[in-house]
Amino acid sequence: MDDQPVHPGAWWCWMLGLAAAAARTTNLIVLVLTALVVIVVATACRIHGPLGRSVILFTKIAIGVVIFRLVLQAIFGLRLGERVLFRLPALTLPEFMAGITVGGPVTLESMMAGLNQGVRLGVILICFGAVNSVSSPARLLRSLPGVLYEMGVASTIALTTAPQAVMSASQIAEARRLRGRPTRGAAGLRGIAIPVLEGALDRSIRLAAALDTRGYGRTRDDVAPNRQRTASVALIGGLIMLSIGVYGVFDTAAPVGLAIGGLTAGAVACGASVIVGHRTHRRTRHRPIRWDRRATLVAFSGAGALAASILTEAIEPGALDPSTFPLVAPTLPIIMAAGLALALAPLFVAPRFDDIEPDDARAAGLDIAESAATLSVSSGGDVR
Amino acid sequence: MTILELDNVTVTYEGSDRPALANVSLRIEEGEWLLVSAPTGAGKSTLLGLCNGLVPHFTGGNMSGTVTVAGRSTEQCPPRNLADVVGWVGQDPASGFVTDAVEDELAFVMEELATPPATMRRRIEETLDLMGIAELRNRPLSTLSGGEAQRVAIASVLCASPKVLLLDEPTSALDPAGADDVLAALGRLVHDVGLTVIMSEHRLERVIHLVDRIALIDRGQVTASMPDEALAIAPHVPPVIELGRLAGWSPLPRSVRDARRVAAPLISRLADAATPPAGPPPHTNDSPRYPVRASRSPAASGHIAVTGISLAHGRRTVVERVSFEVGGGGGGEVLALMGRNGAGKTTILRAVAGLTTPSAGRLRIGNLDPAAIDGPTRIRSIGFVPQDPTLLLYSSTVAEECRAADRDGGLDAGTTASVLEELAADGTIDANRHPRDLSAGQQLQVALAVVLAPAPTALLLDEPTRGLDHGVKDRLASLLRHRATNHGVAILLATHDVEFAATVADRVVLLGHREVTAAGPAAEVLSQSTVFAPQVARILSPLPVLTVAAIRRTLGRIETNRS
Repeated sequence: MDDQPVHPGAWWCWMLGLAAAAARTTNLIVLVLTALVVIVVATACRIHGPLGRSVILFTKIAIGVVIFRLVLQAIFGLRLGERVLFRLPALTLPEFMAGITVGGPVTLESMMAGLNQGVRLGVILICFGAVNSVSSPARLLRSLPGVLYEMGVASTIALTTAPQAVMSASQIAEARRLRGRPTRGAAGLRGIAIPVLEGALDRSIRLAAALDTRGYGRTRDDVAPNRQRTASVALIGGLIMLSIGVYGVFDTAAPVGLAIGGLTAGAVACGASVIVGHRTHRRTRHRPIRWDRRATLVAFSGAGALAASILTEAIEPGALDPSTFPLVAPTLPIIMAAGLALALAPLFVAPRFDDIEPDDARAAGLDIAESAATLSVSSGGDVR
Repeated sequence: MTILELDNVTVTYEGSDRPALANVSLRIEEGEWLLVSAPTGAGKSTLLGLCNGLVPHFTGGNMSGTVTVAGRSTEQCPPRNLADVVGWVGQDPASGFVTDAVEDELAFVMEELATPPATMRRRIEETLDLMGIAELRNRPLSTLSGGEAQRVAIASVLCASPKVLLLDEPTSALDPAGADDVLAALGRLVHDVGLTVIMSEHRLERVIHLVDRIALIDRGQVTASMPDEALAIAPHVPPVIELGRLAGWSPLPRSVRDARRVAAPLISRLADAATPPAGPPPHTNDSPRYPVRASRSPAASGHIAVTGISLAHGRRTVVERVSFEVGGGGGGEVLALMGRNGAGKTTILRAVAGLTTPSAGRLRIGNLDPAAIDGPTRIRSIGFVPQDPTLLLYSSTVAEECRAADRDGGLDAGTTASVLEELAADGTIDANRHPRDLSAGQQLQVALAVVLAPAPTALLLDEPTRGLDHGVKDRLASLLRHRATNHGVAILLATHDVEFAATVADRVVLLGHREVTAAGPAAEVLSQSTVFAPQVARILSPLPVLTVAAIRRTLGRIETNRS
């Protein structure tokens, strides 16, 4: 039982807790610790295949985001503080462009503020990468109610075919080279794009045939066909109303009724759709992932980090948001540290998959990374 | 009890003036094992598709007549509503995978059929054992080798416990051992479970002794008959039958085991002949119908030298310090690279083609580094046909593809088309069709023609017989022999097809566990191997004889000496 994966919902709770905790702070120590916790857990509990490497990919993206944020801050940031690090050539934009000064002296205070904000965004990105590393989104979709099932299968297929398209692009670039054709420039791009699209179309037809022969989309004889249609309409309507409700929540100018009404109506419609749809889709699940005690622990450990963040804010106001003007060294609030330590709990309960065929899993991951690299190089125009 | 009945079925695809299948009436009993055999593109896939409604529900086209499966007409039931009685596995199993892990893939069809969870678990266990893939259950589908993928694909439809199983060339991608595993599993299903199996297969020698009936397709006409009758009218027969006819054995043995029982006199007769016949027949006097321009190539000699190369897939080492040579010394040569699925044949071929760089060692084609050859020079020095031939085809018609190949290689107009004509029987490939609409074997023929036309001095062929019928295979074999012998072309081919390797190869390199396990003359290596020995070698073991043609020559020599 213990090698069963933890319920994907639990992982998402864990991730959302940590991401929310990160979003609530600009304390560099807290942020870096959060990132470390997330990366350690995600690399220890990651699943097979290319998806398992997404935490690494997202960490790289996060580093890029931080650097980009710093560059922006240096050029456009407010010139607060007096500790000047270096000076950029200043350029005052003309009056009609708001008369902003670009460049000029870059201060430590301003750069620290930029760094804090950049790292915060980066940590949230890492959280998203981590949750994909530990539980495949396909799994999450498969544990959704019946009415969303078909959508789930479609998304699974989309997720598995995207890397295939990348793969076939690099294969075709190679094949063109074999035929002595150009792989660069406009002619090369066209020569690659068309066969890739043709190949993708071929593949999807074959896939559709395979799905069909394996009973996907079977109809039940005893269910009126418009029952299913009712369920779909209710679902779409419900989602639209939910969106309106969410807009009401965030737009302070909108009437309160819009938020409450939208959310309530949306929830009711979605619920109805799930109930109606459940009866049209008679399917069974093989080894559905159960919400067990480990799942509860994982979910609570992430929520614990968020709770610690809220508690810290109440007890030590400002500790999570240290001032950058005047510049103050960040401290590590003890409650926050405890909350982040709690978020390491999945390490002790979630199964590790590393011992099963690590070679092949890694090889597959690298294959896709490799072909992606080939593709980026070839679109840059330098595959021989 | 009849499980499947085709009643006067005619199928005509759109844009085609003659029917793909005409007036087919076929009745298949429960528990029968039917083999569908036909030339490339003759309608095997169409016949299989008819049995579960993919034709015409999915392919389009006009169909008349009725197909009834387990009492349901495919006219009323689309394939999805037949999923509980008919299982279908297409030619490329990996393209039909819908989930990301083996166990989920097996469960998919049962989830769709609302099988109770307890039954689902039991059937998955049983099916995993039956197909011998229990150790794969947690593997992501993307990491499976070709043979593993094929077995998972079959397992995934078996889980629905269908009454009929349709298999489109189930062993064409498998090494001989893997193919035997799949066929043995099918045999168990037919004998123990009473499953009805309908499969298409080009390599008759693998299945002829297993099946109950053979359906031959000729110009849209389907004739199903008992194996002996079918063999009497079949255009090509497996080597064991050919040998039986040559030796005058009666009744004709269909399996190697049967043949061995009566082979003793022949073995001693051949052993008495002073020189045992060697592998490939000399193809010296064939005159080609197409112009060959070997002399125009800048890489002067067809010579492939592989010196101590190591290749890795990610961090996994595929082969280590592998060395061999093809050609050299002025003359051409055909070398067959063989080994189990995943042994690294394709990886080596890709490296020799200059598509990947080895982590150690040296590669030379002629005197050039293959990675540095590009453009027009490349097509005249390295010809590479990858496993998926569609990668080489971009044009909208076959004729246009041939013209483009002529332009690329600076060849006389019509050169590529004439090579294609040489390979394919005249008129079997419609020049106005889109390459992607052709059957897999026909696509391979077009790709071969495109690559062969500029007369490269080194040829690399990855599984060049997949989906080819015997006629095309014979023509390809003599074309390759001709190129090697008369034009000094170095030919390196990776193949699972032992009979083809026996016909065409001068030498064989066997790969196993990252290294070369055997290398030498084809007759020696193949006849000593238990897995890769062709039928003739198995029957006449321990004589190093590979082909019936070689025996015919020896017997002829014995006759001449006597008179």
